[in-house]
Amino acid sequence: MLKTIQAGDITKAVKGMVMNANTDLGADVVAAFKKGFKDEISPVGKAVFETLIENAEIAHAEKVPICQDTGMAVFFVELGQDVHIEGGLLEDAINEGVRQGYAEGYLRKSICDPFTRANTKDNTPAVVIVEIVKGDRLKIIAAPKGGGSENMSRLTMLAPSAGKKGIVDFVVKRCEESGSNPCPPVIVGVGIGGSAEKCMTIAKKALLRPIGSANPDKELAAMEAEMLEKINALGMGPQGLGGVVFAMAVHIEKHPCHIASLPLAVNICCHASRHKEVEL
Amino acid sequence: MSDVISITAPMSDETVAKLKAGDQVLITGVVYTARDTAHKRLVDSMDKGEALPFDMKGQVIYYVGPSPAKPGQVIGSAGPTTSYRMDLYSERLMEIGMKGMIGKGMRDKKVVDAMKKHKCVYFAAIGGAAALIARSIKAAEVIAYDDLGPEAIRRLEVVNFKAVVINDIYGNDLYEIGKAKYKVAK
Repeated sequence: MLKTIQAGDITKAVKGMVMNANTDLGADVVAAFKKGFKDEISPVGKAVFETLIENAEIAHAEKVPICQDTGMAVFFVELGQDVHIEGGLLEDAINEGVRQGYAEGYLRKSICDPFTRANTKDNTPAVVIVEIVKGDRLKIIAAPKGGGSENMSRLTMLAPSAGKKGIVDFVVKRCEESGSNPCPPVIVGVGIGGSAEKCMTIAKKALLRPIGSANPDKELAAMEAEMLEKINALGMGPQGLGGVVFAMAVHIEKHPCHIASLPLAVNICCHASRHKEVEL
Repeated sequence: MSDVISITAPMSDETVAKLKAGDQVLITGVVYTARDTAHKRLVDSMDKGEALPFDMKGQVIYYVGPSPAKPGQVIGSAGPTTSYRMDLYSERLMEIGMKGMIGKGMRDKKVVDAMKKHKCVYFAAIGGAAALIARSIKAAEVIAYDDLGPEAIRRLEVVNFKAVVINDIYGNDLYEIGKAKYKVAK
């Protein structure tokens, strides 16, 4: 049975999500701040967590952005193959939602031409990653992403001989080089395998998991724990001012790769880990 | 870490000289915003011998692109952006009198050396605490490059704006000090 979804309803849902995502932090993020406050031993680091909790409360109460960088509008879409969209194209509907939400929510428009740097003034175009799935549902996840943390992303095509040690070393080094730039306490998204573009996509998708949820695969969960320990042992702490909680979590996703390759992607998210989802 | 020090902006050489890496400060006075493209335009203007939109002497530059103000607000959320992208331009602004920079993240060694030479300090504000930081901004006015939207230069009046000294004029770096203190020995 084919299900019809109106493009206008997609626009409306997207508009609501971009506005809410930028003012209301998820419960998992706030819980991670409280855990970080408890785990952190540096007084300055503890004060950072207190500040972030206070900031989240103000943003929620006053409906103002948690961070002035309200991000590039990134969407992960799961489109059931039995869904028919009526009244316009999916991507147009999403962009219209971004346009309306960023205007009405007083969110910053941060998208510009790469050469002229001229601002598009409505935060479009959005980045839309679509996956066709079975069934008749349309799931849209809005994940606005700030430039400071996105700039710390890296993709490397390791030799298969680098193995698990090579992977862990690269991720830890990437965090050390990033320092305070990505607004720690961060969440580190790691993609292993796939092609180059698949690898970065799964690294970003890993950031959508509830903070600190271990990968169901025991081997990956162990790597997440090892990386987290090694990253935090660097001593950089919240905001890079010194401490033991630079990263609140490491999330890894894996995909089969070519026999010649061992792709590895790091996509770091700042402490304002914003995402909302809707199912139509 | 020492007690909180109250300072006024623009800053004098005496103020700059007493600040040490790790000092927590409360800044009151006037600061100017400028980030990526505004820096490029300022330095391009200097190259062409044109007048700048404001006198750089003693000024503190805040690296920020605020979100739009809602009705009733003087400014939207306004936390710091990452500073290294301004590294290329910073010494030029120090040469004409800039005394302070507020951002987040490490600076290039060339900038740190220039800070010693020109007596300029680098502060960090808490990245991402933008709704809270906005409360210490009491007035905001776009004074140049309006077409840049969030990147326009704004004159901000701040009261007790919280920041911490990262690089002082004596070569100390709080990021290095803090990291060394909490690094777990292998």
